[in-house]
Formats: sequence, C-alpha cells, structure tokens
Amino acid sequence: MLQFVLRRLALMVPVLIGLSLLLFAWVRALPGDPARALLGQRATARSVENVTRLYGFDRPLHEQYFSYVGALLRGDFGSSTQTGQPVVDLFQNGFPATAELAVCALAFAVALGIPLGYFAARRHGTALDNLTVGASLLGVVVPVFFLAYLLKLVFAIGVGPLDFLGVFPTSGRQNPRIDATHITDFYLLDGILTQEWDAAWDALLHLVLPAVALGTIPLAIIVRITRAAVLDVTGEDYVRTAEAKGLLRSTISRRHVLRNALLPVVTTVGLQAGLLLSGAVLTETVFAINGLGATLFDAITLLDYPVLQGFILAIALMYALINLTVDVLYGVIDPRVRVS
Amino acid sequence: MTLIAPGAGSAAGDPLEGPTATVDEHGTSLWRGALQRLRRDPFAITGALIVVVFVLVALFAPLLAPYAPAGAQWGNQVTPSDVPGPSADHLLGLDAFGSDLYTQLLFGARQSLIIGVVSTGLGLAVGALIGLLAGGIGGWVDVVLMRVVDVLLSIPSLLLAVSVAAVLGRTSISVMIAIAAAQVPIFARLLRGSLLAQRNADYVLAASSLGLRRRTVVLSHMLPNSLGPVIVQATLVLATATIEVAALSYLGLGEPNPTVAEWGRMLVKSQNRLETDPQLALLPGLLIALTALGFTLLGEALREALDPKFRR
Amino acid sequence: MTVPAVTLAARRREGTPLLSVRDLQVRFTRRGRAPVRAVDGVSFDVAPGQVVGLVGESGCGKSVTSLAVMGLLAPRGVEVEGEVLFEGQDLLALSSDELRELRGRDIAMVFQDPMTSLNPVVPVGTQVTEVLRRHAGMDRGQARDEAESLLERVGIPDPARRLKDYPHQLSGGMRQRALIAIALACKPRLLIADEPTTALDVTIQAQVLELLKQLVAETGTAMIMITHDLGVVAGICDEVNVMYAGRVVERAGRRELFASPRHQYTGGLLRSIPRLDAVRGGQLTPIPGSASDVLPWERGCAFAPRCSAQDADCLVPDLELTLDDVRPEHRLRCVHPVPPPGAAL
Repeated sequence: MLQFVLRRLALMVPVLIGLSLLLFAWVRALPGDPARALLGQRATARSVENVTRLYGFDRPLHEQYFSYVGALLRGDFGSSTQTGQPVVDLFQNGFPATAELAVCALAFAVALGIPLGYFAARRHGTALDNLTVGASLLGVVVPVFFLAYLLKLVFAIGVGPLDFLGVFPTSGRQNPRIDATHITDFYLLDGILTQEWDAAWDALLHLVLPAVALGTIPLAIIVRITRAAVLDVTGEDYVRTAEAKGLLRSTISRRHVLRNALLPVVTTVGLQAGLLLSGAVLTETVFAINGLGATLFDAITLLDYPVLQGFILAIALMYALINLTVDVLYGVIDPRVRVS
Repeated sequence: MTLIAPGAGSAAGDPLEGPTATVDEHGTSLWRGALQRLRRDPFAITGALIVVVFVLVALFAPLLAPYAPAGAQWGNQVTPSDVPGPSADHLLGLDAFGSDLYTQLLFGARQSLIIGVVSTGLGLAVGALIGLLAGGIGGWVDVVLMRVVDVLLSIPSLLLAVSVAAVLGRTSISVMIAIAAAQVPIFARLLRGSLLAQRNADYVLAASSLGLRRRTVVLSHMLPNSLGPVIVQATLVLATATIEVAALSYLGLGEPNPTVAEWGRMLVKSQNRLETDPQLALLPGLLIALTALGFTLLGEALREALDPKFRR
Repeated sequence: MTVPAVTLAARRREGTPLLSVRDLQVRFTRRGRAPVRAVDGVSFDVAPGQVVGLVGESGCGKSVTSLAVMGLLAPRGVEVEGEVLFEGQDLLALSSDELRELRGRDIAMVFQDPMTSLNPVVPVGTQVTEVLRRHAGMDRGQARDEAESLLERVGIPDPARRLKDYPHQLSGGMRQRALIAIALACKPRLLIADEPTTALDVTIQAQVLELLKQLVAETGTAMIMITHDLGVVAGICDEVNVMYAGRVVERAGRRELFASPRHQYTGGLLRSIPRLDAVRGGQLTPIPGSASDVLPWERGCAFAPRCSAQDADCLVPDLELTLDDVRPEHRLRCVHPVPPPGAAL
C-alpha cells in the first residue's frame, strides 16, 4: 500500500513541473511587459524597474524559470499587485472558509446523491426513477451563480407571498454579534470544539444556502453515476449468485451491490473537487464569503496575475492530492487495484 | 466434444437482442440502430426538439425579431429602479439597457450558437488531434502528450478558461478559445482511450495481419470506431459551453461588445433587478438552462443509443 | 397442453418426484416489441438423487428454464406460467421472501462463468460463510471452520489461506470449485448446474465434472445439469431432456439416448460430433442453419426448417411429446423419427 502511494506521489512530479512551466510561460505570454503585468497598470516606472530586476525579466529565460521555481520551493509565490499582500497569506486567509464550504457542499452532494441514485436504480423505470433522472438533468444545466442568486432571493431575502421562506442569512459566515472563539477558523468546527452551540448553529445556518448552491452540480452528477453503477452491478453475475444463495435483500444490497457500485462513485467524487473550487469562485461572491473563491474573483476582475498564478498552482496541487487520496481509497475498496 | 461451433455463445443469450444490436465493422448498422433507438426515446426527442428550435431561432433571429438588436433605443425609459414591462410595442418589455428584451433574447440564441459551435469545433479539432497522435502513434509521443494533458486537466476548467482569456484579452474570439481550451484535454483523453481500447480488438489485429500500414489501420479502422464517444462528448460540450459563457460573463471576461446580445451578460447585468424585474434575469437564465438541457438530453440519449450495454 | 405425457411420466416413477416442472412457459415482454417465448411449455421431473440433463443449443431455453425454477428471472418484463413443484410446493406461487429461504438451502445453483460469478471485492471466505450464516444458523467461528472444510472437500489446496484471498487471486478452476462449495454448503436437495464447465479449460472441465459427480453421489443431492455438451451428458446424467426452441423434443435415459437417438434433432447433434468408432477420414455432418431458423410451434415442428427428414406432414400445429411406439423408453416430439439401429425403414 505504501509503495502504491509513493508511486502515485512520484507520478505527480512531472505534472507539477509541467504546470510550473505552463504558468511561467503564461505570465510571459500576457499582453505587455511581464513586470507591468505582475505589478498592475498603475505601477510606477521605478517599481516596474525594481520588479524587472527582482524577477530577472532581463535575464535569459531558463535562468528566469529556475529562479521562479526556486522562489516557489522557498514558499514565495509573489505578492498581490493590488494590496501587496503575499499570495501565500491570501491563500491561508481564504482557505478555511472555502474548505468548510466545499466540504459541506460535498457532504450534501454525497449524503443525498448516493441514496437517491441507489433507490432510483433499484426502482428502475418507475416514476421515482424518472423523476430523479429528470431532476438530476436540471441540476447540471443551471449556471451555478444564478442558482446561488435564486436561492438567496427565495430562502434568504424572501419574495412576495413566499416571504416566510426567507429564513437563512443572506451573507457572511457568522453573525458578527455572536462572540465566538475561533481556533481552527473552520467556524462550524470551532463552534463544536468550544461547545459554543449558538455559534455552531449560526455558522451552520450561514453554510446551508452556499453549500446547496455549490453542491447541486456534484449532487446531480453523483446521482447519475450512482444510478448507472448500481444498474450495471445489478446485472452482474455475482449478484445473481448472491440471489441464488438466498441471502437477505439487505446483505445483497450492502455487500454485493453497493460495495461494487461505489467504485465509480468514489472516482467521480474525487473529480468533483476541481469543480467545487471553480464553483466556489461563483458562489462565494454571491454570499459574500471571504474565501479563496472571492479572492480569486477579485484577482480575475482586477487581473491580479501573481495571485492568479499562485492560486492556480496551489489549487492544482490540492486537486492532485485529493485525487491521490481518492485513488488510495479506491485501493481500499477494490483489492484488484491493491495488488497490481 | 462440443456441439456448438467455437465462438458461439453458450449462455442463455438475450433472446431480446434483435438485429439492431449487431455491430458491423463499418459502424453503419450501429448508427442506423442508434437512430432507431433514438426515435423511440422520449428524452432524445425532447432534446432534439429543443436543439432544433434553438438553431432555427439563432439562424432566423433577424427575421423573427421586431427591432434591431442591442440598440438601447429606449435607454431613456430605464431608471436604476424601474424597467418598463411588457407593452404593445415591446412583447416582453425592455431590458436593463433600454433595448427590446424579446429581440435581445432572440439574438442571444444566435450568439450562443456561434460561441458553442466555434468553441466546440476548436476544442474538438485540437483535442482530437492530440488524442489521435497519442493513441495512434503511441510510445514516447503518447507519454509526452498525455503528460501535457494531465497538466491541463489538473487546472479546473473554469480557471483554465480564465487564464486563456487573460492572455488573449477581452475579445469575443478569446471567449471561444478560452472555452475550447478547457475542452481540449477532455477530447484528447477520450479519443486516446477509445483508440487504445481497440488496439487489441480482433478486427484491428486482423487488419494488421493483412499487412495494412499502421496509418491505414488507425485512420480507416480504429478512428471510425472511436468516433461515437467523441460525438457524444461534443454534444455535451455544446451544453457546457452555453453555461460557461455565462460564468465568464459573471467574471467579467465575457463578450466585451455591449451591442452584441448575449444571454450570460443579460443574466449577470440584471441580477441586481431580480426583486423588482425578475423577468430580466429569469428569462435569459431559463434559456441558458433550456439550451443546455436540450444538448445534454440529446448527448445522453446518443450515448445510450450507441452503447447497447448502457441502460438508463 | 402436453399434460398427458407428463402424467404418464410421473406415474411411472414411484413416489413423488423431488422437482416437477409442469408446462412451464416464460415470455419476455418489452414495450413496443412482440413478446419472445423463451420457454414454451416445458415439463420434466427430477427424482431425489437423480441427475437430469437439459441439453440444447444456445437460445433453446434451457438456462431460462433453470432461472425460472430458481425464481431468478427479472421481476419486470418477464411472464412465467405453469407450475414448478418442489416437494409438492409450487415455487412460482411463493413470495420472494419465502423463495429466499429456500434458495441456497434446499435448492442451489452453480453458474457458467466462474470468473464473473464471484464478487471481486469480497474475500472468498466471506462468500462461503455468508450462506452458512444465513441458512445454517452458524456463528462466525463455526461458519469459518465449516467453510474451510468445504473448500478442502472441493479440492482447494491450503483452504485456510484461500479463505482470505480475493477471487482474482484464484484460477478459473479454483473459482468454480469455490462456487460449488458455496452451492453445496447447506447440503441442498437439488443442485442446478448451468453449464458449469463451459468456461473452463478442457483438462479442468473433466476435474470439475468428476468433482460434481462425486459430491452429488456422496450427499444424495439431485442435480439438473444444463449443457450444450453431449460429452458432459454422457459422463454424468441419468436421464436426458433434449430441448429445442423452448420445448423438450426428446427424453430418454442416457444409454438409451446415445444408443438410439430418435428425434431428428438429437440424431443431428450426435452426428455432428466426432466419434472414436467412426471410419477414419469420414466426415462429420453438421446441422445446417442455426438455432434462430425456427418455425413457431403452433405452425409445425420448430426444427423442420433445418431438418433433413422434414416434409409437409411436419406442419402439425403443437406437436405433442408422446411415448415413442418403437422405443418405449423414449418420449418424443417428432413426425419422422430417426429409425432405430437395425430396423428396416
């Protein structure tokens, strides 16, 4: 198992090198002077000169690349052209909010998606099945930020006669009037750890709408994959064997159908991680959550290239680590992967 | 002491497998069978209907629309708090800029179609070329190309599109290239995987053993048999493209020209009027979802129709 | 429809049969298509301890028959009629939960493909013990010990280690042995073996067949052997039912059938396999056409389109399975039977 993990980690190295090359080339491909791109349009000639010397934009390309990678390895991802804050700090500031939101969104998608997909497949061809398939189709065609707006309008602001539905907070992560102790900066977790239940409850209320908005697409995808996988597995010979053994329905579902059907679902959940991060860009701004997504949104609209560059690298790294975890998990469920 | 000729399946067999399920090597009866299955599938019919209406509206928008697009001709009637609603002159009222909403929606279809077709075509062409080279040549070409694809896949597609749009500046072409860029690695993977899966198929071995050149085997035998999943993916990408345009608009990287009607921007620019004039955001939002739904339904139905094993 | 022949058959045997299939019909219905009749009035009996063969080409309905007996056909899109009497109880009338009690305990089944019939992500041991814990009321430890001795009995070396293995770590022959162990775990009274050796190497086929033969003889388990391979029939069956297009066309004891096949189809089957006592260089005679060239039984003998002896007389609607007047040991559904050896035409 350890060997398997190490081999997968080794496979990440060329991808990371390729990514650093790509991002390096990207900044140089930006329109205009790279130093100006990194500093923003309002930069003075003097600071442009400084940055040119600092980053060595006047030196040969390969030297520039190596100094860029050297800086990365030292943990220097550059600084924002807008605020001058180090990119690493911006990332650390935004990470807890986004991670909390993403985890909740994924939990919502998984907790609802797997049972829904499973029951739709077990009642294949019935109204419940068709309804689930139809709803899951709708889930993937609505633009995320639009869904977020609609949810906010109906369930936070409240409209017309449906005013009573607007029970959730419209924005933020926690009511500032609540005096909450923060240890981890995951507000929900903090509330539970410190047993400040009102703080935890408030954090949870703030998470519901963003998590639902962000989790809808993964939910729809998980429902569909689970359903297809369960249908596939139900037709397998070993399920027929289990039926021929006269096993209880629950045993067959748990041990023979679900355990096999979960394999493609696990892979899909891993792939959703990337989607969640881009989705966060589109939902956090709607709910005014100060996470990675909101920071990225600002960086995109203000063309803050060092932030973009650093965040893309960090997100790709996270994505790779998540998928590594998924692969390991896959190995735990499927003995065939473990051996080969 | 076996009665049945070798190769004949001896299981119960599916007595329901009609002649439509047989796959011939040129794929013709596969496609004909798929078409027959599509015609019986209500999901496919719904999807096709939506797509046909969408394309017709896009093509004939100038004939259908009562006014010239994006004129902002009635801009003086629009205030920050109020937009004139439906009237005799304006079927759906005005939009947030003072153009006829109905006209804008019709022309938005045109813009969506152009962006969808161009970006999908671009993503498909580049991606398929990479996939074909990797899967067809194999060896180090495959290794190098697939590492590149891995790198591209490690960036979430929206960020990839954003990066490309940032380099190319804000033009409508850059929007299309940005969306295409995010699709390239997906098409490349898909075609390569599909080609690799066939490398040891009996008919490929047979063609090779006849002494056909590798290029001939790949291009005239393996490629046609790999096209199914690629076409399915292309249909699905048409759906994603419609949604991603909206996302790019939301991020301020969409169509820059304010006189071009574009659903994504219409949606984004009227979200602050959701409480007072919900139709301004809801209608373009609905059309984006409906168009995406049409292509998704069609793509999914096509996938099932082409794959006899796939069940809904 | 074909009841007279069956009642005769039943009367011939002393006591009630263990399993009695009466006029079994299975139709596959799919919206927008004509229903397909996979099993079209099949009747046969299995006495306790008896080994009965169901023989025929792919698509003749033999596997569907066995799945119908087990109650393993899909709940929708399938219509099953007739009676399947197991110790006098009609299995088709049981609820699915009642059937679940029976399956694996009184009736067990071994399937064709050992590579796909074991769950790939569950250890072999669990797949053996789960049936013991379900039906024999054993606790974890007892079930484990019993599983080990079961694997030993089916000839799997080092059973204690194999219990922890996953299916992909076992060879095809070993997997089929494990599946046989699972099927026989609760000492069922009836074992249905559906082409149990077809997917195996020839050398392994003989071993597995020998194992099955020995185990059912030891335990007194009756067996239905479903096969397209007359070699399997010759090796193991007491009585043989030859099926064609969803109906039994000939029934006889094993020796009788091989010595004197009476139905033209059975004759054709025997002529199309090589025989050691045939003249060297003599040709095999395959049956022309394929199993899909059938006539509906309502219009005449389904085999007529491929039969060398067919004529206008063969177009009898719903030909019956009757006692053969020349060889009374046979039951036969044929207008122009193969003449017995030595008989003048």
